[in-house]
Amino acid sequence: MQQNELDRQLSQIRDRLTGIDRKADNRIFLPCESEHVYEVCRFLFSELGLRFVISTGIDAQDCFEVLHHFSDDESGCVVTVKAFIRDREVPELDSITPLIPGAEWIEREMHDLLGIRFRNHPNLQRLILADDWPEGVYPLRKEVQT
Amino acid sequence: MKEPLRKSVLAVGPFHPLQEEMEFFQLTVEGEKVTDINVRLSYNHRGIEKLSETLQFDQVPYLVSRVCGICSASHPLAYVQAVEEIAAVKPPERALYVRTIINELERIHSHLLWVGLAGHFIGYDTVFMWAWKYREPVLDLLEEITGNRNNYGNVKVGGCREDIPDELKPKILQELDQIEKKTEMLTKAVLDDPVLHARLKGVGILKKEDGIKYAVTGPTARGSGIAIDVRHDDPYAAYADLDWKVISQPEGDVFAKAVVRLLETFESIKMVRQALAKLPKGPVAVDVKEIPPGEGCGHAEAPRGETFHYVRSDGGNRPVRHKIRAPSYVNVPSFKASCIGADIADVTLTLAAVDPCYSCTERIAVVDGHNAVIHDDEELLRLSREKTARIRKDLGAPEMKLEGL
Repeated sequence: MQQNELDRQLSQIRDRLTGIDRKADNRIFLPCESEHVYEVCRFLFSELGLRFVISTGIDAQDCFEVLHHFSDDESGCVVTVKAFIRDREVPELDSITPLIPGAEWIEREMHDLLGIRFRNHPNLQRLILADDWPEGVYPLRKEVQT
Repeated sequence: MKEPLRKSVLAVGPFHPLQEEMEFFQLTVEGEKVTDINVRLSYNHRGIEKLSETLQFDQVPYLVSRVCGICSASHPLAYVQAVEEIAAVKPPERALYVRTIINELERIHSHLLWVGLAGHFIGYDTVFMWAWKYREPVLDLLEEITGNRNNYGNVKVGGCREDIPDELKPKILQELDQIEKKTEMLTKAVLDDPVLHARLKGVGILKKEDGIKYAVTGPTARGSGIAIDVRHDDPYAAYADLDWKVISQPEGDVFAKAVVRLLETFESIKMVRQALAKLPKGPVAVDVKEIPPGEGCGHAEAPRGETFHYVRSDGGNRPVRHKIRAPSYVNVPSFKASCIGADIADVTLTLAAVDPCYSCTERIAVVDGHNAVIHDDEELLRLSREKTARIRKDLGAPEMKLEGL
């Protein structure tokens, strides 16, 4: 898909997003509120046929951010869906694993390391942390010192 | 009361002795067939992402080159590309070419390493010995250029640390000729061998649609007809200036993955030759003073697939978040699609075909919960080799000949 074609397609889901940021030639960021993340990812993966790359979970002090990175391999463009989770006490987000089995591990990893619970995840067991790691300690949060 | 029949579980792991990663697969088996797969990993999690937040931007490349000894050129490259994106820095032309040459030499040595190990697991130890012998000169070249056989530490934000001296060019070209000749011989031996055809074709098939669902990359994807390659799709370094092609095979079996890797080795040799011929004059680095606030994504095609790095900066001298995704992280779970329904004797090989997991076989143990029969790694290796020997006998094929050694 050409760049302008990709832009045109993305404008279809404009009402689910809070912006469309082109930060570099081949990098698009799509910020959105957490309730729309599944729908946006479904559109990118199932309708546009973008490849799922990975997700990044971030402790951004006032909220959590979950970034789902996709790649449009025809144009080489990396499209990143950026979901903001405002509730720091009980961070939750819809899982995209039912849609993309390749996301199973990374969602489990974010659950381990940041304490984000993924709704509808088929198997939200520990992946990274050891069995004897204490409950409620999330190593990738900023309050945990290295 | 009669005890209920329990499932048999095949445990693969948890230690991965050859690579710096640990994985533990539990395969549920029924007789010789695998019916389910469960994975546990992170026994040796090193917390590199968290560690990276404590280092300065220019120290991180040395950290991430230690994510994987074999891919120690592609990780730092993906990272510096992400940082260069944030800082809008363009490295000098010569640096881009030097990066290309080092990354392609890395691919050559990594693919030869895989060919050797794949040979070892099906009982072709001659292939193992020779492939690793041909790999040595590549490591020697890398050592001469960067000072290290692995963990080159040669890229930095804004360019490269070490240049390729012009007087080294003839030696590199001469070695490449030798490597090409030997790889040709190996490829011919593999493609013409009836036993290998019978042993590898139709084994561990990853269908194209499964590959897309599991988001696989690299030779694992290209062996299933998904012709993606970051070098081609989102060209970095000097790849856009070189003449080469993306190798892909539609079958999705172990044989297809072997063919992809062998043919890619020739493309890499071609690329190094072209890059050396075109190597522009000039410096190999520009000064980068500070990294502004922002976020960037860098990706590079490692020998096993796309290596992806996401970096966020708040304007300080350290990344506030650095996400690393190695290709195996998405390639490994595809076993769920390729191993289910397979024979135990083929699991070692199917694991090996994705590349990160050949060493798992060293630690395989089959535990039959009902009969308490325990197979160890040697037993499984034997099963795999016996199957090869059986096929060879059935075909009446002679021992594979490696000519021109």
